[in-house]
Amino acid sequence: MLRSKNAADWGNVSEMNKEFLVYLVIVCVKILLVFGVVQLMVISMIWLERKIMAHMQVRLGPMRVGPHGLLQPIADGIKLLFKEDIIPEKASKLLFVLAPAMAMVPAMLTFAVIPFGDAVKILGYKVDLVITDVNIGFLYIFGVSSLGIYGIVMAGWASNNKYSLLGGIRSSAQMISYELTLGLSLIGVVMMTESLSLVDVVNAQAKLWNIILQPIGFFIYFTSAIAEVNRCPFDLPEAESELVAGYHTEYSSMKFAMFFMAEYANMITVSAIAVTFFLGGWQGPFLPPVVWFLLKLSGCLFFFIWIRSTFPRLRYDQLMHFGWKFLLPLSLFNILITGLVIVIKG
Amino acid sequence: MLAYLFYIVAAITVTTAVYLIFEKNPVFGALYLIQTMVSLAVLYILLEAQFVAAVQIIVYAGAIMVLFLFVIMLLNLDIGEETKNALPYQRIPAILMGIALFTIICIVIRSKLLQGKQDQYTTAFVQGVGNTKLIGNLLFTEYLLPFEITSILLFVAAIGAIMLAKRKL
Repeated sequence: MLRSKNAADWGNVSEMNKEFLVYLVIVCVKILLVFGVVQLMVISMIWLERKIMAHMQVRLGPMRVGPHGLLQPIADGIKLLFKEDIIPEKASKLLFVLAPAMAMVPAMLTFAVIPFGDAVKILGYKVDLVITDVNIGFLYIFGVSSLGIYGIVMAGWASNNKYSLLGGIRSSAQMISYELTLGLSLIGVVMMTESLSLVDVVNAQAKLWNIILQPIGFFIYFTSAIAEVNRCPFDLPEAESELVAGYHTEYSSMKFAMFFMAEYANMITVSAIAVTFFLGGWQGPFLPPVVWFLLKLSGCLFFFIWIRSTFPRLRYDQLMHFGWKFLLPLSLFNILITGLVIVIKG
Repeated sequence: MLAYLFYIVAAITVTTAVYLIFEKNPVFGALYLIQTMVSLAVLYILLEAQFVAAVQIIVYAGAIMVLFLFVIMLLNLDIGEETKNALPYQRIPAILMGIALFTIICIVIRSKLLQGKQDQYTTAFVQGVGNTKLIGNLLFTEYLLPFEITSILLFVAAIGAIMLAKRKL
Protein backbone atom coordinates (compact mmCIF):
# COMPACT_ATOMS: atom_id res chain seq x y z
CA MET A 1 0.00 0.00 0.00
CA LEU A 2 2.67 2.37 1.10
CA ARG A 3 4.76 1.48 -1.85
CA SER A 4 1.99 2.10 -4.40
CA LYS A 5 1.24 5.50 -2.86
CA ASN A 6 4.88 6.35 -3.12
CA ALA A 7 4.89 5.29 -6.72
CA ALA A 8 1.91 7.55 -7.44
CA ASP A 9 3.72 10.41 -5.78
CA TRP A 10 6.77 9.72 -7.81
CA GLY A 11 4.62 9.74 -10.91
CA ASN A 12 3.28 13.18 -10.02
CA VAL A 13 6.68 14.52 -9.20
CA SER A 14 8.18 13.30 -12.44
CA GLU A 15 5.22 14.79 -14.31
CA MET A 16 5.83 18.14 -12.62
CA ASN A 17 9.56 17.80 -13.12
CA LYS A 18 9.02 17.14 -16.78
CA GLU A 19 6.95 20.29 -17.20
CA PHE A 20 9.54 22.31 -15.29
CA LEU A 21 12.32 20.77 -17.35
CA VAL A 22 10.58 21.65 -20.61
CA TYR A 23 10.06 25.20 -19.38
CA LEU A 24 13.72 25.42 -18.39
CA VAL A 25 14.90 24.11 -21.75
CA ILE A 26 12.64 26.52 -23.66
CA VAL A 27 13.84 29.51 -21.66
CA CYS A 28 17.50 28.53 -22.02
CA VAL A 29 17.13 28.03 -25.78
CA LYS A 30 15.38 31.40 -26.09
CA ILE A 31 18.12 33.17 -24.13
CA LEU A 32 20.88 31.54 -26.17
CA LEU A 33 19.07 32.27 -29.42
CA VAL A 34 18.45 35.93 -28.64
CA PHE A 35 22.01 36.34 -27.35
CA GLY A 36 23.43 34.72 -30.48
CA VAL A 37 21.27 36.71 -32.86
CA VAL A 38 22.16 40.00 -31.17
CA GLN A 39 25.88 39.19 -31.31
CA LEU A 40 25.52 38.25 -34.95
CA MET A 41 23.72 41.52 -35.62
CA VAL A 42 26.48 43.43 -33.85
CA ILE A 43 29.07 41.85 -36.14
CA SER A 44 27.06 42.47 -39.28
CA MET A 45 26.28 46.02 -38.13
CA ILE A 46 29.99 46.83 -38.03
CA TRP A 47 30.36 45.70 -41.64
CA LEU A 48 27.13 47.38 -42.74
CA GLU A 49 28.05 50.67 -41.13
CA ARG A 50 31.40 50.80 -42.89
CA LYS A 51 29.83 49.84 -46.22
CA ILE A 52 26.83 52.19 -46.06
CA MET A 53 28.92 55.12 -44.82
CA ALA A 54 31.44 54.49 -47.57
CA HIS A 55 28.79 54.48 -50.28
CA MET A 56 27.18 57.62 -48.87
CA GLN A 57 30.58 59.31 -49.10
CA VAL A 58 31.19 57.92 -52.62
CA ARG A 59 33.82 55.41 -51.49
CA LEU A 60 33.86 51.63 -51.66
CA GLY A 61 34.64 50.74 -48.05
CA PRO A 62 36.20 47.35 -47.16
CA MET A 63 36.61 45.30 -50.36
CA ARG A 64 39.62 42.98 -49.90
CA VAL A 65 38.54 40.35 -47.36
CA GLY A 66 35.88 38.16 -48.93
CA PRO A 67 33.31 39.32 -51.50
CA HIS A 68 32.67 43.05 -50.95
CA GLY A 69 34.62 42.84 -47.70
CA LEU A 70 32.02 40.56 -46.16
CA LEU A 71 34.59 38.77 -43.99
CA GLN A 72 36.08 42.04 -42.74
CA PRO A 73 34.43 41.83 -39.25
CA ILE A 74 35.95 38.35 -38.76
CA ALA A 75 39.38 39.62 -39.81
CA ASP A 76 38.97 42.57 -37.43
CA GLY A 77 37.90 40.25 -34.62
CA ILE A 78 40.93 37.99 -35.09
CA LYS A 79 43.21 41.02 -35.22
CA LEU A 80 41.76 42.41 -31.98
CA LEU A 81 42.06 39.04 -30.23
CA PHE A 82 45.77 38.79 -31.03
CA LYS A 83 46.67 42.35 -30.11
CA GLU A 84 48.62 43.01 -26.94
CA ASP A 85 46.35 43.70 -23.99
CA ILE A 86 47.77 46.75 -22.22
CA ILE A 87 46.76 47.80 -18.71
CA PRO A 88 48.26 51.18 -17.74
CA GLU A 89 50.67 51.14 -14.78
CA LYS A 90 48.68 53.62 -12.68
CA ALA A 91 45.24 52.35 -13.61
CA SER A 92 42.86 50.94 -11.04
CA LYS A 93 43.28 47.35 -12.25
CA LEU A 94 40.06 45.77 -11.04
CA LEU A 95 37.78 48.48 -12.37
CA PHE A 96 39.78 48.77 -15.58
CA VAL A 97 39.15 45.11 -16.32
CA LEU A 98 35.57 45.17 -15.07
CA ALA A 99 34.43 48.27 -16.99
CA PRO A 100 34.03 46.72 -20.49
CA ALA A 101 31.86 43.95 -19.05
CA MET A 102 29.80 46.51 -17.12
CA ALA A 103 29.17 48.32 -20.39
CA MET A 104 28.25 45.14 -22.26
CA VAL A 105 25.90 43.38 -19.82
CA PRO A 106 23.07 45.97 -19.49
CA ALA A 107 22.86 46.25 -23.28
CA MET A 108 22.19 42.51 -23.52
CA LEU A 109 19.87 42.32 -20.47
CA THR A 110 17.26 44.63 -21.97
CA PHE A 111 16.38 42.04 -24.59
CA ALA A 112 14.84 39.84 -21.90
CA VAL A 113 11.53 41.73 -22.11
CA ILE A 114 11.34 42.64 -25.80
CA PRO A 115 8.77 40.52 -27.69
CA PHE A 116 10.07 39.54 -31.13
CA GLY A 117 7.16 37.47 -32.37
CA ASP A 118 3.71 36.04 -31.70
CA ALA A 119 3.30 32.87 -29.61
CA VAL A 120 4.10 29.76 -31.67
CA LYS A 121 3.47 26.04 -31.12
CA ILE A 122 6.59 23.85 -31.14
CA LEU A 123 6.10 20.08 -30.55
CA GLY A 124 2.81 20.74 -28.79
CA TYR A 125 4.22 23.31 -26.39
CA LYS A 126 3.12 26.94 -26.62
CA VAL A 127 6.20 29.13 -26.82
CA ASP A 128 5.95 32.90 -26.40
CA LEU A 129 8.54 34.63 -28.52
CA VAL A 130 9.71 36.82 -25.67
CA ILE A 131 12.16 35.67 -23.01
CA THR A 132 9.97 36.89 -20.16
CA ASP A 133 6.83 39.01 -20.10
CA VAL A 134 7.01 40.95 -16.83
CA ASN A 135 4.28 43.40 -15.89
CA ILE A 136 6.88 46.12 -15.20
CA GLY A 137 8.68 45.65 -18.54
CA PHE A 138 8.81 49.38 -19.20
CA LEU A 139 10.39 50.11 -15.82
CA TYR A 140 12.73 47.14 -16.20
CA ILE A 141 14.12 48.58 -19.44
CA PHE A 142 14.92 51.89 -17.82
CA GLY A 143 16.30 50.30 -14.68
CA VAL A 144 18.71 48.19 -16.68
CA SER A 145 19.68 50.83 -19.21
CA SER A 146 20.37 53.36 -16.46
CA LEU A 147 23.04 50.96 -15.14
CA GLY A 148 24.79 51.04 -18.53
CA ILE A 149 26.41 54.38 -17.66
CA TYR A 150 28.67 52.80 -15.05
CA GLY A 151 30.77 50.88 -17.56
CA ILE A 152 31.73 54.08 -19.37
CA VAL A 153 32.18 56.14 -16.21
CA MET A 154 34.33 53.47 -14.57
CA ALA A 155 36.44 53.09 -17.71
CA GLY A 156 37.03 56.83 -17.73
CA TRP A 157 38.03 56.94 -14.09
CA ALA A 158 40.01 53.70 -13.85
CA SER A 159 42.25 54.57 -16.82
CA ASN A 160 43.80 57.41 -14.79
CA ASN A 161 44.06 59.54 -17.90
CA LYS A 162 42.63 63.03 -18.22
CA TYR A 163 41.08 62.47 -21.64
CA SER A 164 39.43 59.26 -20.47
CA LEU A 165 38.13 60.99 -17.36
CA LEU A 166 36.74 63.91 -19.35
CA GLY A 167 35.05 61.45 -21.70
CA GLY A 168 33.56 59.52 -18.79
CA ILE A 169 32.28 62.66 -17.07
CA ARG A 170 30.84 64.01 -20.29
CA SER A 171 29.06 60.77 -20.98
CA SER A 172 27.55 60.53 -17.49
CA ALA A 173 26.22 64.09 -17.72
CA GLN A 174 24.87 63.45 -21.21
CA MET A 175 23.24 60.14 -20.36
CA ILE A 176 21.52 61.50 -17.24
CA SER A 177 20.13 64.43 -19.23
CA TYR A 178 18.83 62.36 -22.10
CA GLU A 179 17.59 59.40 -20.07
CA LEU A 180 14.96 61.72 -18.63
CA THR A 181 13.51 62.61 -22.02
CA LEU A 182 13.95 59.01 -23.18
CA GLY A 183 11.68 57.81 -20.38
CA LEU A 184 9.19 60.66 -20.72
CA SER A 185 8.83 60.16 -24.47
CA LEU A 186 7.49 56.64 -23.90
CA ILE A 187 5.03 57.69 -21.17
CA GLY A 188 2.54 58.77 -23.84
CA VAL A 189 2.48 55.26 -25.29
CA VAL A 190 2.14 53.72 -21.84
CA MET A 191 -0.79 56.07 -21.09
CA MET A 192 -2.59 54.94 -24.23
CA THR A 193 -1.86 51.24 -23.69
CA GLU A 194 -2.64 51.37 -19.95
CA SER A 195 0.00 48.71 -19.34
CA LEU A 196 3.72 48.54 -18.61
CA SER A 197 4.08 45.13 -20.24
CA LEU A 198 5.76 45.23 -23.64
CA VAL A 199 3.61 42.37 -24.92
CA ASP A 200 0.49 44.47 -24.25
CA VAL A 201 2.10 47.46 -25.96
CA VAL A 202 2.66 45.40 -29.12
CA ASN A 203 -0.81 43.84 -29.01
CA ALA A 204 -2.41 47.29 -28.72
CA GLN A 205 -0.81 48.28 -32.04
CA ALA A 206 -2.52 45.58 -34.12
CA LYS A 207 -4.57 48.13 -36.08
CA LEU A 208 -2.57 51.33 -35.90
CA TRP A 209 1.09 51.92 -35.10
CA ASN A 210 1.87 54.28 -32.28
CA ILE A 211 4.13 56.41 -34.45
CA ILE A 212 0.97 57.85 -36.07
CA LEU A 213 -0.66 58.59 -32.72
CA GLN A 214 2.54 59.72 -31.01
CA PRO A 215 4.70 61.44 -33.65
CA ILE A 216 6.24 63.89 -31.15
CA GLY A 217 6.96 61.03 -28.79
CA PHE A 218 8.76 59.12 -31.54
CA PHE A 219 10.82 62.14 -32.50
CA ILE A 220 11.85 62.76 -28.89
CA TYR A 221 12.56 59.07 -28.33
CA PHE A 222 14.79 58.69 -31.35
CA THR A 223 16.74 61.89 -30.69
CA SER A 224 17.33 60.96 -27.05
CA ALA A 225 18.19 57.40 -28.04
CA ILE A 226 20.99 58.62 -30.31
CA ALA A 227 22.34 60.70 -27.44
CA GLU A 228 21.90 57.83 -25.00
CA VAL A 229 24.04 55.44 -27.04
CA ASN A 230 26.66 58.15 -27.69
CA ARG A 231 26.30 58.12 -31.46
CA CYS A 232 27.05 60.92 -33.85
CA PRO A 233 25.92 63.80 -33.77
CA PHE A 234 25.85 63.35 -29.98
CA ASP A 235 29.13 61.43 -29.63
CA LEU A 236 30.80 64.04 -27.41
CA PRO A 237 32.21 61.44 -24.95
CA GLU A 238 34.47 60.10 -27.69
CA ALA A 239 35.04 63.23 -29.75
CA GLU A 240 38.42 62.42 -31.31
CA SER A 241 39.29 66.00 -32.15
CA GLU A 242 39.12 67.00 -28.47
CA LEU A 243 39.52 63.88 -26.33
CA VAL A 244 41.69 61.47 -28.38
CA ALA A 245 39.13 58.67 -28.04
CA GLY A 246 37.32 59.60 -24.83
CA TYR A 247 36.71 56.95 -22.22
CA HIS A 248 38.37 54.12 -24.15
CA THR A 249 41.62 55.94 -24.92
CA GLU A 250 43.69 53.53 -22.77
CA TYR A 251 41.92 50.37 -23.88
CA SER A 252 43.35 47.93 -26.37
CA SER A 253 42.77 44.44 -27.71
CA MET A 254 39.57 42.61 -26.73
CA LYS A 255 38.61 45.10 -24.00
CA PHE A 256 38.41 47.82 -26.62
CA ALA A 257 36.40 45.47 -28.80
CA MET A 258 33.95 44.93 -25.96
CA PHE A 259 33.27 48.67 -25.70
CA PHE A 260 32.78 48.71 -29.42
CA MET A 261 30.37 45.78 -29.24
CA ALA A 262 28.56 47.35 -26.29
CA GLU A 263 27.95 50.49 -28.34
CA TYR A 264 26.46 48.47 -31.19
CA ALA A 265 24.47 46.24 -28.85
CA ASN A 266 23.06 49.38 -27.22
CA MET A 267 22.12 50.69 -30.63
CA ILE A 268 20.27 47.46 -31.42
CA THR A 269 18.56 47.60 -28.01
CA VAL A 270 17.22 51.13 -28.38
CA SER A 271 16.13 50.33 -31.94
CA ALA A 272 14.26 47.26 -30.66
CA ILE A 273 12.52 49.42 -28.06
CA ALA A 274 11.60 51.94 -30.77
CA VAL A 275 10.15 49.13 -32.89
CA THR A 276 8.20 47.75 -29.92
CA PHE A 277 6.79 51.04 -28.71
CA PHE A 278 6.23 52.98 -31.92
CA LEU A 279 6.47 50.76 -35.01
CA GLY A 280 4.04 48.01 -34.04
CA GLY A 281 6.59 45.45 -32.82
CA TRP A 282 6.29 42.19 -34.75
CA GLN A 283 2.88 43.11 -36.23
CA GLY A 284 2.60 43.15 -40.01
CA PRO A 285 0.82 41.46 -42.92
CA PHE A 286 1.95 38.47 -45.08
CA LEU A 287 5.43 37.85 -43.67
CA PRO A 288 6.02 35.92 -40.41
CA PRO A 289 6.18 38.11 -37.26
CA VAL A 290 9.89 37.51 -36.55
CA VAL A 291 10.78 38.64 -40.08
CA TRP A 292 8.72 41.80 -39.62
CA PHE A 293 10.47 42.50 -36.34
CA LEU A 294 13.92 42.08 -37.90
CA LEU A 295 12.94 44.19 -40.93
CA LYS A 296 11.78 47.09 -38.77
CA LEU A 297 14.85 46.72 -36.58
CA SER A 298 17.11 46.91 -39.63
CA GLY A 299 15.25 50.01 -40.80
CA CYS A 300 15.92 51.74 -37.47
CA LEU A 301 19.57 50.70 -37.52
CA PHE A 302 19.96 52.02 -41.07
CA PHE A 303 18.54 55.31 -39.82
CA PHE A 304 21.26 55.45 -37.14
CA ILE A 305 23.99 55.00 -39.79
CA TRP A 306 22.32 57.50 -42.10
CA ILE A 307 22.25 60.13 -39.38
CA ARG A 308 25.88 59.47 -38.48
CA SER A 309 27.07 60.09 -42.01
CA THR A 310 24.88 63.17 -42.46
CA PHE A 311 25.11 65.35 -39.37
CA PRO A 312 28.16 67.16 -37.92
CA ARG A 313 28.88 66.81 -34.20
CA LEU A 314 27.22 69.23 -31.80
CA ARG A 315 29.13 71.41 -29.34
CA TYR A 316 28.82 70.33 -25.70
CA ASP A 317 26.78 73.33 -24.50
CA GLN A 318 24.48 72.97 -27.54
CA LEU A 319 23.92 69.37 -26.57
CA MET A 320 22.95 70.25 -22.99
CA HIS A 321 20.73 73.16 -24.03
CA PHE A 322 19.00 71.02 -26.62
CA GLY A 323 18.28 68.32 -24.05
CA TRP A 324 17.11 70.44 -21.13
CA LYS A 325 15.58 73.48 -22.81
CA PHE A 326 13.98 71.93 -25.87
CA LEU A 327 13.45 68.17 -25.59
CA LEU A 328 12.39 68.10 -21.92
CA PRO A 329 9.63 70.76 -22.21
CA LEU A 330 8.53 69.16 -25.47
CA SER A 331 8.19 65.74 -23.88
CA LEU A 332 6.22 67.18 -20.94
CA PHE A 333 3.97 68.96 -23.46
CA ASN A 334 3.49 65.66 -25.29
CA ILE A 335 2.38 63.94 -22.06
CA LEU A 336 -0.03 66.81 -21.33
CA ILE A 337 -1.60 66.62 -24.80
CA THR A 338 -1.87 62.82 -24.63
CA GLY A 339 -3.58 63.07 -21.24
CA LEU A 340 -6.00 65.74 -22.50
CA VAL A 341 -6.96 63.68 -25.55
CA ILE A 342 -7.48 60.56 -23.43
CA VAL A 343 -9.72 62.51 -21.01
CA ILE A 344 -11.74 64.14 -23.81
CA LYS A 345 -12.25 60.83 -25.61
CA GLY A 346 -13.35 59.37 -22.28
CA MET B 1 14.30 28.24 -1.88
CA LEU B 2 13.10 31.84 -1.52
CA ALA B 3 14.32 31.86 2.08
CA TYR B 4 17.82 30.85 0.98
CA LEU B 5 17.76 33.54 -1.68
CA PHE B 6 16.79 36.05 0.99
CA TYR B 7 19.72 35.05 3.22
CA ILE B 8 22.20 35.24 0.34
CA VAL B 9 20.98 38.65 -0.85
CA ALA B 10 20.73 39.97 2.71
CA ALA B 11 24.30 38.87 3.38
CA ILE B 12 25.49 40.65 0.22
CA THR B 13 23.57 43.79 1.18
CA VAL B 14 25.03 43.95 4.68
CA THR B 15 28.56 43.08 3.53
CA THR B 16 28.63 45.78 0.86
CA ALA B 17 27.13 48.28 3.32
CA VAL B 18 29.92 47.51 5.81
CA TYR B 19 32.54 47.76 3.06
CA LEU B 20 31.06 51.13 2.08
CA ILE B 21 31.75 52.47 5.56
CA PHE B 22 35.30 51.12 5.86
CA GLU B 23 36.44 51.81 2.29
CA LYS B 24 39.02 54.61 2.12
CA ASN B 25 38.71 55.28 -1.61
CA PRO B 26 35.47 57.24 -2.23
CA VAL B 27 34.98 55.84 -5.74
CA PHE B 28 35.03 52.26 -4.45
CA GLY B 29 32.76 53.37 -1.62
CA ALA B 30 30.23 54.65 -4.15
CA LEU B 31 30.44 51.36 -6.07
CA TYR B 32 29.74 49.41 -2.87
CA LEU B 33 26.75 51.66 -2.26
CA ILE B 34 25.45 50.90 -5.77
CA GLN B 35 25.70 47.18 -5.02
CA THR B 36 23.80 47.76 -1.76
CA MET B 37 21.04 49.55 -3.69
CA VAL B 38 20.79 46.79 -6.28
CA SER B 39 20.63 44.04 -3.63
CA LEU B 40 17.92 46.02 -1.83
CA ALA B 41 15.97 45.99 -5.09
CA VAL B 42 16.29 42.19 -5.17
CA LEU B 43 14.93 42.08 -1.61
CA TYR B 44 11.94 44.17 -2.73
CA ILE B 45 11.28 41.70 -5.53
CA LEU B 46 11.36 38.86 -2.99
CA LEU B 47 8.70 40.81 -1.08
CA GLU B 48 6.56 40.95 -4.28
CA ALA B 49 7.05 44.71 -4.55
CA GLN B 50 8.22 44.83 -8.17
CA PHE B 51 7.35 48.48 -8.69
CA VAL B 52 9.39 49.61 -5.68
CA ALA B 53 12.29 47.42 -6.87
CA ALA B 54 12.26 48.99 -10.33
CA VAL B 55 12.05 52.51 -8.95
CA GLN B 56 14.85 51.70 -6.50
CA ILE B 57 17.13 50.78 -9.39
CA ILE B 58 16.08 53.61 -11.70
CA VAL B 59 16.23 56.37 -9.09
CA TYR B 60 18.94 55.31 -6.65
CA ALA B 61 21.27 53.00 -8.56
CA GLY B 62 20.73 54.63 -11.97
CA ALA B 63 20.45 58.35 -11.28
CA ILE B 64 21.48 59.46 -7.80
CA MET B 65 24.57 57.25 -7.61
CA VAL B 66 25.72 58.39 -11.06
CA LEU B 67 25.62 61.95 -9.78
CA PHE B 68 27.52 60.88 -6.64
CA LEU B 69 30.23 59.28 -8.76
CA PHE B 70 30.25 62.32 -11.02
CA VAL B 71 30.95 64.65 -8.11
CA ILE B 72 33.51 62.31 -6.50
CA MET B 73 35.41 62.04 -9.77
CA LEU B 74 35.39 65.79 -10.30
CA LEU B 75 36.68 66.51 -6.80
CA ASN B 76 38.91 63.57 -5.97
CA LEU B 77 41.10 62.63 -8.86
CA ASP B 78 44.06 61.01 -7.07
CA ILE B 79 43.76 57.27 -6.54
CA GLY B 80 44.81 56.04 -3.11
CA GLU B 81 45.44 59.43 -1.54
CA GLU B 82 45.14 59.21 2.25
CA THR B 83 42.26 61.48 3.27
CA LYS B 84 43.01 63.57 6.34
CA ASN B 85 40.54 63.53 9.19
CA ALA B 86 39.00 66.91 8.52
CA LEU B 87 36.56 66.77 11.43
CA PRO B 88 38.47 65.53 14.52
CA TYR B 89 35.69 66.24 17.04
CA GLN B 90 33.10 64.38 15.03
CA ARG B 91 33.65 60.87 16.35
CA ILE B 92 31.88 60.88 19.75
CA PRO B 93 28.82 62.90 18.67
CA ALA B 94 28.56 60.68 15.59
CA ILE B 95 28.49 57.51 17.71
CA LEU B 96 25.86 59.00 20.05
CA MET B 97 23.67 60.16 17.17
CA GLY B 98 24.04 56.79 15.51
CA ILE B 99 22.84 54.99 18.64
CA ALA B 100 19.93 57.45 18.96
CA LEU B 101 18.89 56.92 15.33
CA PHE B 102 19.13 53.15 15.69
CA THR B 103 16.92 53.28 18.80
CA ILE B 104 14.33 55.43 17.05
CA ILE B 105 14.26 53.07 14.06
CA CYS B 106 13.81 50.07 16.38
CA ILE B 107 10.98 51.79 18.25
CA VAL B 108 9.19 52.78 15.05
CA ILE B 109 9.48 49.27 13.63
CA ARG B 110 8.16 47.72 16.86
CA SER B 111 5.34 50.27 17.28
CA LYS B 112 3.20 49.08 14.33
CA LEU B 113 3.13 52.70 13.15
CA LEU B 114 4.33 51.66 9.70
CA GLN B 115 2.07 48.71 9.09
CA GLY B 116 0.48 50.02 5.95
CA LYS B 117 -2.63 48.61 4.29
CA GLN B 118 -3.75 45.20 5.37
CA ASP B 119 -7.27 43.75 5.54
CA GLN B 120 -8.36 43.61 1.88
CA TYR B 121 -4.85 43.90 0.45
CA THR B 122 -3.88 40.25 0.47
CA THR B 123 -1.05 38.91 -1.69
CA ALA B 124 -3.53 37.40 -4.15
CA PHE B 125 -5.42 40.71 -4.45
CA VAL B 126 -2.22 42.70 -5.03
CA GLN B 127 -1.05 40.25 -7.67
CA GLY B 128 -4.45 40.33 -9.38
CA VAL B 129 -4.64 44.11 -9.72
CA GLY B 130 -0.91 44.59 -10.24
CA ASN B 131 1.60 46.29 -8.03
CA THR B 132 2.04 49.44 -10.09
CA LYS B 133 -1.66 50.11 -10.62
CA LEU B 134 -2.46 49.67 -6.93
CA ILE B 135 0.29 52.04 -5.80
CA GLY B 136 -0.79 54.58 -8.42
CA ASN B 137 -4.43 54.42 -7.35
CA LEU B 138 -3.65 54.80 -3.65
CA LEU B 139 -1.09 57.54 -4.27
CA PHE B 140 -3.53 59.71 -6.22
CA THR B 141 -6.61 59.13 -4.05
CA GLU B 142 -6.04 58.33 -0.41
CA TYR B 143 -2.47 59.60 -0.06
CA LEU B 144 -2.77 62.57 -2.41
CA LEU B 145 -1.99 65.20 0.23
CA PRO B 146 1.20 63.60 1.62
CA PHE B 147 2.28 62.85 -1.95
CA GLU B 148 1.87 66.48 -3.04
CA ILE B 149 3.55 67.79 0.11
CA THR B 150 6.54 65.53 -0.54
CA SER B 151 6.79 66.71 -4.12
CA ILE B 152 6.70 70.36 -3.03
CA LEU B 153 9.39 69.58 -0.45
CA LEU B 154 11.63 68.10 -3.15
CA PHE B 155 10.90 71.04 -5.41
CA VAL B 156 11.90 73.51 -2.69
CA ALA B 157 15.10 71.55 -2.06
CA ALA B 158 15.97 71.66 -5.75
CA ILE B 159 15.35 75.42 -5.94
CA GLY B 160 17.37 75.90 -2.76
CA ALA B 161 20.31 74.00 -4.24
CA ILE B 162 20.22 76.09 -7.39
CA MET B 163 19.99 79.34 -5.40
CA LEU B 164 22.97 78.35 -3.22
CA ALA B 165 25.11 77.21 -6.14
CA LYS B 166 24.26 80.01 -8.52
CA ARG B 167 23.98 83.42 -6.87
CA LYS B 168 23.45 85.28 -10.11
CA LEU B 169 20.62 83.93 -12.21
